[in-house]
This record gives sequence, C-alpha cells and structure tokens, in this order.
Amino acid sequence: MKLTPLFVGATLLALTGSASAQTLTIATVNNGDMIRMQGLSSQFTEETGIALNWVVLEENTLRQNVTTDIATNGGQYDIMTIGTYEAPIWAKQGWLKPLDALSADADYDVDDLLPAIRGGLSVDGTLYAAPFYGESSFIMYRTDLMEKAGLEMPEAPTWEFIGEAARAMTDRDNDINGICLRGKAGWGENMAFLTAMSNSFGARWFDENWQPQFDQPEWKNTLDTYLSLMADAGPSGASSNGFNENLTLFQQGKCGMWIDATVAASFVTNPEDSTVADKVGFAQAPDNGLGKRGNWLWAWSLAIPASSQNAEAAETFINWATSKDYLALVAENEGWANVPPGTRTSLYENPDYQAAAPFAAMTLASIDSADPNAPTVEPVPYVGVQFVAIPEFAGIGTNVGQLFSAALAGQMSADDALAQAQEATLRDMTRAGYIK
Amino acid sequence: MATRQTRILARTMMAPAVIVLLIWMAVPLAMTLWFSFQNYSLINPMLTGFAGWANYAYVIGDPSFTQALVNTLILVGGVLLITIIGGTFLALLLDQPIWGQGILRILVISPFFVMPPVAALIWKNGFMHPGYGMLGHLWKAFGLQPVDWFNQYPLFSVIVIVAWQWLPFATLILLTALQSLSEEQREAAEMDGANAVNRFRFIILPHMARAITIVILIQTIFLLGIFAEIRVTTGGGPGYASTNIAFLVFRTGILSNDIGAGSAGGVVAVIIANIVAIFLMRAVGKNLDA
Repeated sequence: MKLTPLFVGATLLALTGSASAQTLTIATVNNGDMIRMQGLSSQFTEETGIALNWVVLEENTLRQNVTTDIATNGGQYDIMTIGTYEAPIWAKQGWLKPLDALSADADYDVDDLLPAIRGGLSVDGTLYAAPFYGESSFIMYRTDLMEKAGLEMPEAPTWEFIGEAARAMTDRDNDINGICLRGKAGWGENMAFLTAMSNSFGARWFDENWQPQFDQPEWKNTLDTYLSLMADAGPSGASSNGFNENLTLFQQGKCGMWIDATVAASFVTNPEDSTVADKVGFAQAPDNGLGKRGNWLWAWSLAIPASSQNAEAAETFINWATSKDYLALVAENEGWANVPPGTRTSLYENPDYQAAAPFAAMTLASIDSADPNAPTVEPVPYVGVQFVAIPEFAGIGTNVGQLFSAALAGQMSADDALAQAQEATLRDMTRAGYIK
Repeated sequence: MATRQTRILARTMMAPAVIVLLIWMAVPLAMTLWFSFQNYSLINPMLTGFAGWANYAYVIGDPSFTQALVNTLILVGGVLLITIIGGTFLALLLDQPIWGQGILRILVISPFFVMPPVAALIWKNGFMHPGYGMLGHLWKAFGLQPVDWFNQYPLFSVIVIVAWQWLPFATLILLTALQSLSEEQREAAEMDGANAVNRFRFIILPHMARAITIVILIQTIFLLGIFAEIRVTTGGGPGYASTNIAFLVFRTGILSNDIGAGSAGGVVAVIIANIVAIFLMRAVGKNLDA
C-alpha cells in the first residue's frame, strides 16, 4: 500500500517527462500544401513516436504570432513556418538555431536544394531554415476564354498584351472577370504582387540613399496600370482578395487570368477542386521590355526558434517534412502533381513529375528568373524581390498596402495613395535611422 | 459604532484585496508609461534607451491620427444613436402584453451573448459579403448589384455590427426603466386626454432619462475601445477609413512591432478616454444627481 503513491508519482513523472520531450508544437500557414502535410504527419508520429501539436493560422496572423513569440523569447513553438523575408533577418539576430545536423545528413542532400532558395535561407553559408515549398509567380490563364477572345498567349507576354487580353476576356454578365489580382492589404498580400509588378515597370522602393521612391513616375505608372486593369477587368470587392480568395474565384471559373504564386498551379489543375482543371495554361509573369519581369521569389520554410527545448526532435521533423522521401510519400498518396514544388533540383529532373505537372518547366523558369540580389532595373541598397529585407519592412509594407488597397476600393485616388505612401514611408525610415 | 480595534481589524482584513487590486491596475499602467518613454522595438533589439517625447511625437504625428480620432467619435456617436433610439423603440414594444413575450425578450437579448469576434465573422461572411452573404443574395434577387459593404461603407458597416451587439443592453436597461413607471400615472394622463405622442414625450421619456444616461455612460466607455470588430472585418481599411484610436495603437505596437510608440499611443488613448468621460459626466451625468 505504501508503494502506491510513489508508484503513481513515478509514472506521472515518466509520462509528463516523455510527453514534453516527444511533443512538438508547430506553427504553420493554412495553405494547401501545409494542410496536406498535416494530414500525412501521422506517419511521422508512427515512425518516431514524436507527437505533433499543430497551430494552423492564416498568413497575416501567423506572421504576427511567430514574430511576437520569437522576439519576446516566448518559447511557444518548436517549429515555425517562416519565409525568405524572416529567415536571414532572424538568423542574424540569433533567434534561429542553425540546421547543422540537416546540412550534414547525406541522405537529406542539402546540395539538391535550388541554389536561389537555399541562398535566401542561409546566412554566411549556414542554413537556418529548410524550404518546404518554393515559389515564384506566373500567369495562369483559361485557354478556352483566350481562344474565344481570339488571342494567343505568348510564353513571355508584355503588360500591354495582358491588359488587352484581360479586357477582351471580361464578360460581366456571365460573372467572368478578365483578371484576378491581389488587393487585400498586407506586405505579403497586395504588396508582394505590386512590388514584383513595379520591378517590371522600373520602379523601386528606395534609391541608394534609402529615400522612398513613391513620388517617381515609375510607381505612378505601376499603380495606374494596376487600378485601371482591375477597374475594367477585375472582380468586385477585389480589395479584400488575397491568395486564397483568388484561388477560389479561379477554381470556380470566374477569372480569365490570375497572376500569382506558382504553387497555385497544382490546385487549379486538380479536377477534384477546380471546375476548369483541363482548361488552364501557364505563361511567365509580364514585363515591359526593361529587363525585369514582374515575378517574385519566395519559400515557405521550417525553422527552429532558439528558445525551443526540443531542438533535436524538431530537426528530425524538419528533415522528414522537407526530404526527398516526403516528396515520394505525397506522390504515392496524392500523385506527383501535388508534391510541394520549388525546392529541389531532383524534382525537376524527375520524369514522373515532368509528366504529371505540365507547369513544372514554367515554374522552374520563373524561379530562376527572379534575382533577390538585383531585383530592380536601377540599383537598390536592399535584397528581396517582392519585399525589402529590413526588419521594419513588415510594418512599412503593410501601411503602404493599406493605402493601395484603399485606392483599389475607390476610397482614395492613386495620386493621394502615392503621396501618403511617400510621406508615411519617409517618416518610418527616418524614425528607424536609415535617413538622417 | 466601530471601535478603534474593529476599524483596524477591518482595514487589515481588507488590505490584501485592495493591494492586489491596486497592483493589478497600477502595474500595467506604469509599464505602459515606462515603455512609452523608451526606444523599444521587438524586431530591432539594437534600438534601446530613453526616447524622451519621441514616441508621442511619432504617434500624434501619424498621418492617420486625426482620422482615427474622428472615426472613434463617429463610431461611438453612431452606435449610441442607433442603440438608444432602437432600444427605446424595442423597450416600448416589449412592454406590450403580447403572446410569447418571454421568448421574444430572450431572442432580443441574445446578440449580447455572442462574442464580438464571432459576431463580426457572422456579419462579415454570413450577411455582408458581396459574394456569399445573405444581403448580396437579396440584392441579386431584386436584380441589383451586391454592395461591397466593407469596402464601400467600412465605418458604417462596423457601426451596424457593433450596434447590433449593444442594442440588447440598451433595450434591457430601458425596458427595466419603463416597467418601473407607475401604471396610475399613465392612466391619469390618458384620462386627461393626452395622446400617445404626448404621453411618450412628457411622461415616458422624462422617466427614462436616468436610464438613458446610464446607457450612454456605460456604452461610451466600452465603445471607445472597439477593436475586435474592426480587426476581423476591415482591418482598419480601406486605407484608414475604419481605423480608430484602438486600432491605430494595435497597428503601431503589434503590426509594426514598435512597443515604444504603441505604448505612447495607449497612453494617448487613455487620456482621450478620460477627456470624453469627464465631458460626458458633466453633460449628461447631472441627470444622476436628481
């Protein structure tokens, strides 16, 4: 009898001990590939005995949550889903654990990662986050509507052609919009698209002295083109549309064209979700003949915050989720077209993938054509194609995104939006000490 | 009569509760004050040290500060107007002897039980969304173009949602006041030949004045800090069209990770709330003395 409490205590201790060592809390974004990973992750738990606790959030909320958690050393998560924007900034602050075991693992084959993306997630050659999927952006269009409009999409169209095609395809009576573009405010929402677009118009966020450039004609040209395109050929309520809203519109056959992330290709060509799966064509993001196309470069990646108590188990999970074996696992369960794209060279050399994913070559070409180190026509002091890799950008970009979203909603003129963007950005950059 | 001993005893026994309450209120306020004079950015650990008035200058100099202030007042005023007129009307209706009165009253009060973010989500997706919302379908049924409420009328939409939530509160308080009105007084007026409008104007409304004052005071305190409804529906936009002071503080402190300026914004918000409260107490609070 005397032994019982002792026994119960010891069992409890063992249970809580093992539970804390074997449960990983993972923060991730509610995009299709992550939801799929969550579904397949029971296999990982079966293999390793490590339990997973998922926190799945919408993009903007996820960013706020993980930023606050890591900056205050909150220690809520063992693994965070972050992008190419956060990874180098956080790594430099010492907020992330280097993925040394992963880099040393021959089976993992770190050299197989696409160079542009691996570079974006490393600092001084050390990998701090492993890419789960990588993306650029390109044009997805309806081949049937294009044919009906009597046009043919070139492989690398100009903005002028896109404008003409979008207006020709628009059929408001039948609820068909010539083009769907992001309008929801956020540095990772409308500003990702608009910044990439502005690159092809010769615009830039800052000149070499960190002076904001919204008072320059290139930005005005970008915004005017975007607004008139959306007014003539965009869906109603576009200023609330982000990636997921546009995906739904396109899948329901309500968009003639959609310029967005390359990962969307597998969703719009999947007959189970998309009503237009067999009528989708792909083309490179538009340009203006200035030498830069309007496409971005991004990788949703998994990283371990320095505060994690379960770093070893976390690295095991990251290895599992970003390995070649995981790609094979998805292929086995859901077909090759649905594997997370844009991270490994070997995937693009795989004949099974090439056969299953008609968008593979175009995706790789788009990723390869975006250069974070020289994103604009004229030189800039920053890195990043559709963002500016400084800590303050998340706040500044969202602020500017609000103004451009207001211009799209018709609450403000393009000139007012640009003037206010210039003023607000100048204020914030002066406060942050970039401008003396 | 309390002796010296019992007084000491009472004070000693009350002390822990009073101290806990004081700490509970004073510590966050003191921390906010302290941070508001510090350079403190979550994303830039190099930025530290005393900031002087820089954070305050930054918040008050924000291009959207004036608009946020105006929006805050429009929000409070709009919701008060709807809830008090609507609440009086509903209270008069609910005071009538009708069949199923009990169930009807519970139904009218029920929005008050719904959490603000949930209410906002229901309104956003269920009613006001131009694509899937009920109102959108209604508009289409009449051959009209659905209204994109949150983009075309952002502040008005937020006012509608918040008013929907606070209407039950106003109705409940006003109904209670109405029921305390003596039946004899009403009957006397009726016998003297006063019609319904005059009875309402000269008997019912003055009787409810005190309750209306309570509703205005309590609601104003809560409405100055409306946040969840804005966060869920418009995100302060488009532009700054639906940004109020509370949302501006959130944007500065959390979205831009600038704790120093966010805290300064919080202090400014507290000062504004106090000015409004003092003004209100003077203007309408005198009803309470009578």
